[in-house]
Amino acid sequence: MTVVFQKTKGLTDTPFHYCPGCTHGIVHRLVAETMEELGVLDKAIGVAPVGCAVFAYEYFNCDMQEAAHGRAPAVATGIKRVHPDKIVFTYQGDGDLAAIGTAETVHAAARGENITVIFINNAIYGMTGGQMAPTSLIGQETLTTPYGRKPETNGYPIKMCEMLSTLEGAAYIERVSVYDVKHVLNAKKAIKNAFKAQINKKGFSMIEVLSSCPTNWGMSPNEALKWIKDKMEQYYPLGVYKNTLEEEK
Amino acid sequence: MAKVLMKGNEALAEAAIQAGCRHYFGYPITPQNEVTAYMAKRMPEVGGVFLQAESEVSAINMVYGAGGAGARVLITSSSPGISLMQEGISYIAGAEVPCVIANIMRGGPGLGGIQPSQSDYFQATKGGGHGDYKLIVLAPSTIQEMAELVQQAFHIADKYRNPVMILGDGMLGQMMEPVDFDILKKEENKIEEKPWATTGKGTRNKRNIINSLELDPQILEKHNIEIFKKYQKAAKEEVRYEMTNCEEAEIILVAYGTIARVAKNAIEIAKRENIKVGLIRPISLWPFPEEPFKKTKDHVKAYLTIEMSMGQMIEDVKIAVNGQKEVYFYGRVGGMVPEPMAILEEIKKIRGKK
Ligand SMILES: Cc1ncc(C[n+]2csc(CCOP(=O)(O)OP(=O)(O)O)c2C)c(N)n1
Ligand code: SF4
Repeated sequence: MTVVFQKTKGLTDTPFHYCPGCTHGIVHRLVAETMEELGVLDKAIGVAPVGCAVFAYEYFNCDMQEAAHGRAPAVATGIKRVHPDKIVFTYQGDGDLAAIGTAETVHAAARGENITVIFINNAIYGMTGGQMAPTSLIGQETLTTPYGRKPETNGYPIKMCEMLSTLEGAAYIERVSVYDVKHVLNAKKAIKNAFKAQINKKGFSMIEVLSSCPTNWGMSPNEALKWIKDKMEQYYPLGVYKNTLEEEK
Repeated sequence: MAKVLMKGNEALAEAAIQAGCRHYFGYPITPQNEVTAYMAKRMPEVGGVFLQAESEVSAINMVYGAGGAGARVLITSSSPGISLMQEGISYIAGAEVPCVIANIMRGGPGLGGIQPSQSDYFQATKGGGHGDYKLIVLAPSTIQEMAELVQQAFHIADKYRNPVMILGDGMLGQMMEPVDFDILKKEENKIEEKPWATTGKGTRNKRNIINSLELDPQILEKHNIEIFKKYQKAAKEEVRYEMTNCEEAEIILVAYGTIARVAKNAIEIAKRENIKVGLIRPISLWPFPEEPFKKTKDHVKAYLTIEMSMGQMIEDVKIAVNGQKEVYFYGRVGGMVPEPMAILEEIKKIRGKK
């Protein structure tokens, strides 16, 4: 019998706790497959966030450290400075990366810290039950913006890729999504590039993934995927924002 | 190497390097800035890492990462900076990651001042961050002792997989004294294997996970009990103190750190006036030494706690004395340092009582 599909060695056998239709799971698999394909699982050290992915350390089949809310890039910095030849990555949500941990994110990028950040932008705080995120869209209703996010009172959503790509230390910055097969495949390519940037010691790499939270958006999984495409993608254009891998060609 | 004249902050840094510390993360704050400058210069010379973080919050989380990854790692700051680190310190204690943290205290609360103080005693010894945890807290009173305790701190941190705090103050950090690095205990500088560290799985079958999250209350309770067993062991094995002139003393001063030196001056002046005064100097503030109080409570009239605070260590002294003798307090705050004559006045007041 020929094997057509096999679970990646990059994931443990622990079943995911994510809600049905949540794209956290897809991104986990892409990151895990990437590490397996690049042959770096044995030298990978991951940092899990606070947020729905808080149990990421149960899922990725490599050494892991659990960080405080927003501090993953600082924790990853500490690890990388001890083991410069290991592969160090963080996996963070928008509350984690773009609110409480903004300073840690910006400065890890500015230092050109040679780590890879996987950034799940689902425009909401999932784990705490659906409050506004720094990335929530204008007009978006959440528990803490029950009348919709208003710029006058809540400010504007933060575009992390655009912001970080202005920093010299950023080596590879791309925004992707996973709402259909084509985009999933592209997201995989992006994640691979980000890890390659690290392997080639280029500096800071981040992949932002426009991701779904059907539970807190109050949508069916299908509606949620459509919302990413129709609403999120309008404000957060997909694409490569910085790529120093290409510069050398 | 003969004795060298060094600032307390520099001796702290050099002792850490000699103890095998090759990773330092920090953020400038007076009066501990000499540590950051010294590390920035020396770490590259010894093949180590110096990194100035963007904040104390980041710096302590870098320490968490580096300590978790198996390194001997040091962080230093002063009072407001240490407050910012409390989140990280709680996580580090929860995840059982060893590291050494030095607080070169200054006056507070808030921005306070930049002069020496001891007003972070509660924060250092009673928690500071959230959750049930303990730091092992060591308080040097000379620069030589600063160097020795820093080296022991790395050893103790590794032994218990717990953060150890060096609690000094601005005076100790800033003053200069001769230090002899040759007499430091070299065997404690041997770094043992850390099979639990996140070093990349390599050929290990098991993944290493550094974590403080436990949603199941039964398992979390077990974790709390387990780490407390560790603290109980430390409470037995890591008690350190010094007793001076206590055998025949009618009044015993209790003081730690630099202010214990002022207390010793007061004892000398009292001796000239035929007043027998002794000193108990706790060196480990947690675990707090109770034995010297047991040993002295039968012959002593009273204890006088002297602090550069409004009275914090006095609570531990009272617990140790357990109501069997009077415990008095004298302190100055805001960066003011108690003077020997003022201490003598307090001693005379106590003698005059009853
Ligand atoms: C210091 C601190 N503040 C607040 C929280 C509570 N908290 C847990 S998860 C979370 C939001 C996470 O949102 P995000 O990072 O977007 O991840 P998601 O759950 O959406 O995947 C918050 C505020 C915490 N754990 N720690
Ligand atoms: S709450 Fe939202 S982000 Fe969290 S697991 Fe459920 S769907 Fe995913």
